[in-house]
Amino acid sequence: MAKVVEEKREVTIVFAGDSGDGIQLTGTQFTNTSALFGNDVSTFPNYPAEIRAPQGTLAGVSGFQLQFGSVEVFTPGDICDVLVAMNAAAFKVNLSRLKKHGTIIVNTDGFNAKNLKLAGYDSSPLEDKSLEDYRTIQIDITKMTQAALVDMGMGKKEVDRSRNMFVLGFLYYMYSRDIAPTEQYIKEKFAKAPTLIEANIKVLRAGYNFGDTSETFTSRYNVKAAQLPKGTYRNIMGNQAAALGLVAASKKSGLNLFYGSYPITPASDILHELSKYKNFGVKTFQAEDEIAAVCSAIGSSFGGELAVTASSGPGIALKGEAIGLAIMLEIPLVVINVQRGGPSTGMPTKTEQADLMQAMYGRNGEAPMPIISANSPSDCFDAVFEACRIAVEHMTPVFFLSDGYMANGSEPWKFPSTDSLPTIKVKQAKERKEDDPTFLPYKRDERLVRDWALPGTKGLEHRIGGIEKEWDTGNISYDPENHQRMVKVRAAKVAKIADSIPLQEIDNGSDNGDVLVLGWGSTYGVIKTAVKECIENGISVSHAQVRYIEPFPKNLGDLLKRFKTVIIPEMNNGQLVKIIRDKFLIDAKGINKIKGIPFSTGEIVTAIEEAVELVKEA
Amino acid sequence: MSTDTLDIQLTAKDFVTDQEVRWCPGCGDYSILKQVQSILPDTGVKKEDIVFISGIGCSSRFPYYMNTYGMHSIHGRATAVASGLKIARPELSVWVITGDGDSLSIGGNHLIHTIRRNFNMNILLFNNEIYGLTKGQYSPTSPEGKVTKSTPMGSLDHPFNPLALCLGADSTFIARAMDRDVKHLRDVLTRANDHVGTSLLEIYQNCNVFNDGAFEIYTDKGSKIEEALFLEEGQPLVFGAENNKGIILNDGYPKVVDLTNDSYSLEDLWVHDSSDRYKAQLLTTFFDNPSLEGHLPRPFGVFYAADRFRYEEALKDQLDLAVEKKGSGDLDALLSGKNTWTVA
Repeated sequence: MAKVVEEKREVTIVFAGDSGDGIQLTGTQFTNTSALFGNDVSTFPNYPAEIRAPQGTLAGVSGFQLQFGSVEVFTPGDICDVLVAMNAAAFKVNLSRLKKHGTIIVNTDGFNAKNLKLAGYDSSPLEDKSLEDYRTIQIDITKMTQAALVDMGMGKKEVDRSRNMFVLGFLYYMYSRDIAPTEQYIKEKFAKAPTLIEANIKVLRAGYNFGDTSETFTSRYNVKAAQLPKGTYRNIMGNQAAALGLVAASKKSGLNLFYGSYPITPASDILHELSKYKNFGVKTFQAEDEIAAVCSAIGSSFGGELAVTASSGPGIALKGEAIGLAIMLEIPLVVINVQRGGPSTGMPTKTEQADLMQAMYGRNGEAPMPIISANSPSDCFDAVFEACRIAVEHMTPVFFLSDGYMANGSEPWKFPSTDSLPTIKVKQAKERKEDDPTFLPYKRDERLVRDWALPGTKGLEHRIGGIEKEWDTGNISYDPENHQRMVKVRAAKVAKIADSIPLQEIDNGSDNGDVLVLGWGSTYGVIKTAVKECIENGISVSHAQVRYIEPFPKNLGDLLKRFKTVIIPEMNNGQLVKIIRDKFLIDAKGINKIKGIPFSTGEIVTAIEEAVELVKEA
Repeated sequence: MSTDTLDIQLTAKDFVTDQEVRWCPGCGDYSILKQVQSILPDTGVKKEDIVFISGIGCSSRFPYYMNTYGMHSIHGRATAVASGLKIARPELSVWVITGDGDSLSIGGNHLIHTIRRNFNMNILLFNNEIYGLTKGQYSPTSPEGKVTKSTPMGSLDHPFNPLALCLGADSTFIARAMDRDVKHLRDVLTRANDHVGTSLLEIYQNCNVFNDGAFEIYTDKGSKIEEALFLEEGQPLVFGAENNKGIILNDGYPKVVDLTNDSYSLEDLWVHDSSDRYKAQLLTTFFDNPSLEGHLPRPFGVFYAADRFRYEEALKDQLDLAVEKKGSGDLDALLSGKNTWTVA
């Protein structure tokens, strides 16, 4: 029977199951297929803290949420249209994310007595009346998968591992997707194991065909391609974009890339990604600890390479002293912090923006350092490229702040061509001849930037270090006047970077008015969505997202003062808001969420409405 | 160790900077500085291709006095900085200057990891068994019971045996010298520099302010002859007045024998072979407190030298191989990835 195809503007799905169920892979495949089809997509993987927590437990639930649409989407969605639950625990953890009358697809085999007990159910929720508000599709996915592979001669464990493909196939049918991209992916992934190619494709098709023949649906759905700006796109995750940005900066500066790093969640994927690019001259060094990671980068920078180190909050804390050394040495260094929940070990797999103060002030002494953040997964490319440009052109360490949300999230990216990227200008000191004046390592140009003098260059032999430098010569100096002068000039050098960065723009709304929502980092998508919604509902509100946090764009203060109220949503206890209040003496208000998960659109809308009310009352 | 040969012959003076040397008068560091400056002209490496990197401590001021490239980094991290520099610029001649606190306490981790990676660099470990710059606390090489400012009732720390530690980390070159035997120091410095791989040279250095005479027993003319054992390649282990004593291996255990009676002759002795790791291990255990009855003499010279691949060379091989296999990186192809779609 031919089914009716119903059009949808946007759809949010959450895949949930045990951490061994292949949930991330299923979600990623659905995302990539939808992106290739032309939908706009935004994703949010929600990993459990343990790699393999005991099977069937609440702690072991892995989730992957995505929103795809025929219109632009900027968030993975507030609430879901579809919940896929592979077991009772996954069902329990995610049911609250499902909208009323939403669709639940469950693997009934994951609701046996043992699973129910592990999830803390006395009786099966599938038989509960409360599910009447939803549309529940119950499939024994385990049994169907086994049936599909009955002739393959595979063990039960191996067979069960393909269950995720059944779900994927089923959803592909439901949302009228092409299964070819995933088949291609399976062929590449299991190139060395033909049996697994055959098995996975069989199960994928079995799921698809089950959707077609089982009369589960009276209608299928279609989400048309989105009208994104013209161009060629790919799907990309934040950490991947950061890695590509570094390779691009290496190419555009003509410097070899050195990446010194120590494994840490959620930054390690940048290391994995870069280690694949040896044919680009990329040198990755997995150091013995965080301190060696940053120190090796400093050594490499002294030798003339584009030096980068990355970590998350706890690792950045360990790097603090060495970052201070780089500030004294005045050499280029990019420090990436993929932020996670803190303090201490905190919540490694959860997202937070609580290391802004650490980036700003987390070193001994007066140690100013530029800070740049990205707005979204694909923006990590531009932001890290810009961090490299500032580091090299201004001879300074630079912080690039990402976070777990954008590092692991993905979205379509209209990638640039190599030619369209700016050249990063490297200023290295030239060989000195006998009659040339004495080389002064700390002599500065009009931007207060000193020359990069590389070992191996004749006549430039010089010594630098962490002890206070004498003006121009760079020799050790304890002179009181000199110290004050050097502290001031290091600060002025960073402040002068404001001359080379773009002015702050209003993202949406008018450039003056009652309420401005000022964000930074990965809150961009949710603020954009909320502000758009408010404006459509006739509320006067504007949105600006700061990428350059140190120094701020020159016009930021004036821009902020054109609004009666500035509200600053952050996934922390109020950090940018303190800096804004300090620098501009305005009564900015913090909107803070510290739950390890991003804001929902609804939360921001509520905050805007409250701010608008307060302005009216005043 | 590296790079092009010189067109003009440099002298020790070429390596002296205009900076006033500020170690305490009588410090052992002066001698080490002078010996390093005096051997460098003969290495044939250009001044601009040499880099000295130090951590923090008295000895770590060293780079300021060397007219080469240099970095006075932070406490304990010189080896980590040097590792990055070697990866960036394998052709440079890199020297790490460190002390017993810098390399064995705060920087212990970086030391052992640098050694196992075997970067082609020289580490000079100035061991004075005390913290000098912070004015006299015990260090990780101070003997048990050492009374210092921070241990008025004596230190409770059992000391490190630095060469045994480094050999345990699979060092490819370990040696020991002392500040006051300048000719021997120059010889060992030259051999350390000639070694391709990480050379670890421990130098007994007298801190005449906070730990004066810590190594006097090995440097004083009267006792040196009985207490110091100089290792010479292919030669039997002999020491004592007119080489009247030797070391034999007795069932695998070292034993001091008297060569003046007829029981033992030179032919019976342990012959030094720096390629023998087992014997090198035994030599590192010649670490007894010299006040103990029947103790073994303290060896000086090159204990062990072996050839093993260098990290920076192996990395370069991987980079070359990657280009050979995949071709030189195409950024546009990388940025687009495999799966793209076009919005018209």
